[in-house]
Amino acid sequence: MEAVDPVIFRLAIFVLAVFVGYYVVWSVTPALHTPLMAVTNAISSVIIVGALLAATATAGSELAGNTAASGGAGFSRGLGFVAIILASVNIFGGFLVTRRMLAMYKKKER
Amino acid sequence: MSANLAALLYLVSGILFILALRGLSSPETARQGNLYGMIGMAIAIATTLFAVHLDLLSIILIVGGIGIGGGVGAVIARRVPMTAMPQLVAAFHSLVGMAAVLVAAAALYAPEAFHIADALGNLKHLSLFELSMGTAIGAITFSGSVIAFAKLNGNMSGAPIILPARHLINIAIGVFIVLMIAFLMASGGDAKLAFWLITIAAFVLGVTLIIPIGGADMPVVVSMLNSYSGWAAAALGFTLENTALLVTGALVGSSGAILSYIMCKGMNRSFISVILGGFGEDGAAAATEGPTGNVKQGSAEDAAFVMKNAGKVIIVPGYGMAVAQAQHALKEMADLLKEEGVEVAYAIHPVAGRMPGHMNVLLAEAQVPYDEVFELEDINSSFSNADVAFVIGANDVTNPAAEEDPGSPIYGMPVLQVWKARTVFFVKRSLGSGYAGVENPLFFRDNTMMLLGDAKKMAESIIKALD
Repeated sequence: MEAVDPVIFRLAIFVLAVFVGYYVVWSVTPALHTPLMAVTNAISSVIIVGALLAATATAGSELAGNTAASGGAGFSRGLGFVAIILASVNIFGGFLVTRRMLAMYKKKER
Repeated sequence: MSANLAALLYLVSGILFILALRGLSSPETARQGNLYGMIGMAIAIATTLFAVHLDLLSIILIVGGIGIGGGVGAVIARRVPMTAMPQLVAAFHSLVGMAAVLVAAAALYAPEAFHIADALGNLKHLSLFELSMGTAIGAITFSGSVIAFAKLNGNMSGAPIILPARHLINIAIGVFIVLMIAFLMASGGDAKLAFWLITIAAFVLGVTLIIPIGGADMPVVVSMLNSYSGWAAAALGFTLENTALLVTGALVGSSGAILSYIMCKGMNRSFISVILGGFGEDGAAAATEGPTGNVKQGSAEDAAFVMKNAGKVIIVPGYGMAVAQAQHALKEMADLLKEEGVEVAYAIHPVAGRMPGHMNVLLAEAQVPYDEVFELEDINSSFSNADVAFVIGANDVTNPAAEEDPGSPIYGMPVLQVWKARTVFFVKRSLGSGYAGVENPLFFRDNTMMLLGDAKKMAESIIKALD
């Protein structure tokens, strides 16, 4: 039997994480569904890791004979810069607004 | 940094994100969970920065980008009023969608930076498929969220906009996207135009999918777009071979899907019927056939007198409370009643408001203790021994026709059985029907008293009368 493609492992991680998400989210109390949406917004902005890669793209680098890549790298950096801004709005905005909301939930004073 | 160490750190950050969501199972653990989320994000960003080659320009781009975005985000988070939370969440979804589109494009133009190119600089078919999915879902999320934002923020009417042959249009766009993905894959990534056509078609699809969905169905739409933003992130997680992104995408995707399911169940609608849209378009016809009869109108003084002498009052807030910003006045009224020895509780319907948990946040903002606030299934049996049900800004979620009239469009929807209380006070601006366009027979019952007026002003008048 040949070796398993690493894509299959990533698929496995993904599928298992969907199940983890399913059980974790069902246990979220309905009172906190709005903070749940705000925080999922913030964490999905971990897409910023892709934006960081894009912003650090270098022209053709390790690949010999790839002259076409230089223009692509400059374009990629521009896209990465914008994506970093958008994702950062979400990261800071999402976590901070969640914190602000959660600070308001108080128990009865007795 | 070695690739293995980086992969392990991304895993840690993924696990911290799981704990961030786990914390939300109760308000006590939620703040801790949010902190875990922030740490997870910091780890993911730091790991990436250690793994890439940084030159001066990229440092400027990164510091500048995080500075600008972070500053804007922090200001928004501090200033946004709680009543604007649904549109804020929609706006945030659109940003995730757009970021996904940009990252997918960057991966196509500079595949070496993403380590997805082969020795000749070509992309693998699978990578092309993943980034096509990333951009398509991201673009739908972006434009769909912009429409949802406009509807929630009042820049656009909440009424459904029905295009002729809209299902056909959507299917055609969908088929076009699939064809273009196939074309892009066959070209080995050279057909850049196909990538942009996919993206543009998906932007259009986002608009045509969301415009026919009415304002009252927005809780489902917002949840669904939440889910989409997750799937877009997951698709790019495959491209980037990044565990943190994969895990997060899966978490957010299933979170949004579950919330959509809960919202649909709260309305007794199928997900498909919400997505197909158009609900409320024939509402005007349904409303004319409703029951008619005598409506008892009362004053703030009447309500104050009855509630002061009641043993138990259950308050049912709805979207009208949010619109009127009445939550603070409502809390003050409840405090005065408690001083008179009245037991006060709040009953929240799952789809009250414009997003999941909307009412809970507003009540929390007004410093209503969360242990006085109950979900439908926990409080519905209590109405029969309550003296007063005080409905403020809610309508369809209290409609007895949902239980009694099989001909009603909302028949079968779970509702708060306010009519079982001895007296029902119904604060409402006019006698019109709710967002579903359905007449509420509750208005004509003997034990119902209508308090016509703005929710906030009415609550304030009752406060005056209680003093």
